[in-house]
Amino acid sequence: MSETPKWASESFWKKVAVWVTAGSFLILVVLTFDTLKQTTAGGERVQAYSIINKKIDYQFDEKLHKFMPVIGGEELLFGQKFTEDEAEALVTLGKKTTQAKNCMNCHTLLGNGAYYAPDLTKAWLDQGWLTTELREEQMLKFLMDPEKNARTFGSGRKMPNLNITEAEARGVVAFLKWMSAIDTNGFPYNFTTIEAEVE
Amino acid sequence: MSNIEMVKPGLLGTVQGKLKTFHNWAGVDDSTLNGGQKLAVKYFMAAVILFIFQILFGLLAAAQFLIPGFLYEILDFSVNRMVHINAMILWMLFGFIGCTYWLLEDESGTEIVGLKYGVIGYWVLMAAVTVVVLVYLLIQTGAGNDTTLWLINEGREYIEAPRWADIGIVIVVLIFFANVVLTFSKGKWSGIAGVLTLDLVALAGLYLAGMFYMTNITHEQFWWWWVIHLWVEATWEVLVGVIMAWSLMTILGVSRKIVTTWLYIEVALMFGSGILGLGHHYFWIGTPEYWLTIGGFFSALEPIPLVAMVVHAVYDSGERSFKNLNHPAMAWLIAHAFGNFFGAGVWGFMHTLPQINLYTHGTQWSASHGHLAFFGAYATINIAFFYIAIQHWRGNVWMGAGLANAWRWKWALGLLNFGVLGMTIALLIAGYEQSFIERAIEGSTWAGYFSAQNHPSFINAMQWRMFFGWVTAAGLGLLVWDLLTIGKGETRKAEVIAPAK
Repeated sequence: MSETPKWASESFWKKVAVWVTAGSFLILVVLTFDTLKQTTAGGERVQAYSIINKKIDYQFDEKLHKFMPVIGGEELLFGQKFTEDEAEALVTLGKKTTQAKNCMNCHTLLGNGAYYAPDLTKAWLDQGWLTTELREEQMLKFLMDPEKNARTFGSGRKMPNLNITEAEARGVVAFLKWMSAIDTNGFPYNFTTIEAEVE
Repeated sequence: MSNIEMVKPGLLGTVQGKLKTFHNWAGVDDSTLNGGQKLAVKYFMAAVILFIFQILFGLLAAAQFLIPGFLYEILDFSVNRMVHINAMILWMLFGFIGCTYWLLEDESGTEIVGLKYGVIGYWVLMAAVTVVVLVYLLIQTGAGNDTTLWLINEGREYIEAPRWADIGIVIVVLIFFANVVLTFSKGKWSGIAGVLTLDLVALAGLYLAGMFYMTNITHEQFWWWWVIHLWVEATWEVLVGVIMAWSLMTILGVSRKIVTTWLYIEVALMFGSGILGLGHHYFWIGTPEYWLTIGGFFSALEPIPLVAMVVHAVYDSGERSFKNLNHPAMAWLIAHAFGNFFGAGVWGFMHTLPQINLYTHGTQWSASHGHLAFFGAYATINIAFFYIAIQHWRGNVWMGAGLANAWRWKWALGLLNFGVLGMTIALLIAGYEQSFIERAIEGSTWAGYFSAQNHPSFINAMQWRMFFGWVTAAGLGLLVWDLLTIGKGETRKAEVIAPAK
């Protein structure tokens, strides 16, 4: 057999492997810095935690041709106005509770998790809470005693009682409200919010 | 002989005594193995036990889709599903660590530098895993504070292990890594050794990205995917490339030059597509729009290295006329090549472009892909290696044509592949239905979610998934039986395969 051509040689592919890997990783690192900067809480894409003081909706944007969060005027949570620090503390309690209760192994958050229970990305805006007046109360009751306030939609699937305290439940509601304001590039598509029903 | 084997006080002594009895019964002989291989078979045994756990808890979770009240508030879906996926990640990781220890002395041409520490690391890992699983099952959840995240559960899919266990895992992995690097440094380096070492650096380093709490869920999921994606779709793929290269060389006699060149090609293609392919997880989590383009483009390229692997495996097998010294292992390697291509490649490609992913993201479609990909890419090659290991452990016995009770490995292979493929198709149908009804028509509201879940075609799909789950379980039962008995009492020595020029 004649000599191996350069393009088929071990040393050539070794160099290609090293350069391709290093190059891809470098691009990823640069993009990571940019993404983290663009998605810091308080920016355009991920809102400040004090957004929980405002009305949040999610509507189709004709110009962008996708669904976008719409931030309205004041709409206090639990009738209270939170400073940025207080709001962050409350959302943090909620976020830690969602992790401690292992929510993600039944539900999805931002579409990631398990598929045994509904997605929580826009749970704050779901029509299942009937009206915006009843919503907070319904959410708290459901979180603290899901068995008695079961929302099975005829499926027979009930959320178990996870011993969520009232403080934790308020945190979870605040977290869900804050999360619903994240610009998720139009996911989920075609979502009709609780506001649409009211208007 | 290492110290750990000489000192046998209390519990450790009892455990080792039981292991001896088991070894005698199973007809395996440690004296046929080198130091690394002795440690490797320990990892393989733990892997098989966790594999059984994975399937068991998968069956429980699958049953809960059909009978929602089943084990309600005893072992809820969240618990079963967590054990199901954690056992899977762990057994595959144990398998990989085992494979590496297995080939380390042969590949480096010297004894493992810190075998003693490797053995201690193994037992520490076993103890940690046992405690974590017991806490998952008995305590399950905690209050919404840091104590829970440190001691009970971090509540992040795939990497739920509490923080203390994370730290333990990192320490054990560092011992493992030190063993690999120091052993190659003492002996000799090769292309396979170089790729393996660099890949393990990435594997260990990436785990650190998943060890921080963040309230900003966009940032949290951003880093979470660094661990999950860059493990599963990049470093693990390269690791199986290494294992495949070594296996083809060992059981088929393919030349080192060919497997090494192919390995470099695969690394270039794998990392070239997989690293930026990470972007397909950044479509909808709040991250900027440019990820739709980058993630869509690079993840669409991800099947290419998997095609290369199929070509590599099939071409070399054909070129060697399929003459090999371990038929079950060879069959599982071929199953790996195709399973990886279809499960990770085709099934991944089907829903990776953002235009379709908008509807399929977070549906059973992902579950369908997950089942075929993890099985096809990683379960198969680990099983192939179990067969390579058991052949040597029984004294390098014959595992070619005319093997006694060969029906067992063939049926295990058939049932496992058929079972997982069946589950995959069932879940795909459920995923299609969910994408149409819940996502496209009803717009992902809770009512929309449940109308899709209550639809007859979804329920039928879940029934079929359950059925194929049982088929898979039967295959696993047969596989375990086969591993416990294959080649037992075989007097012929393994065929000698002349290496290619």
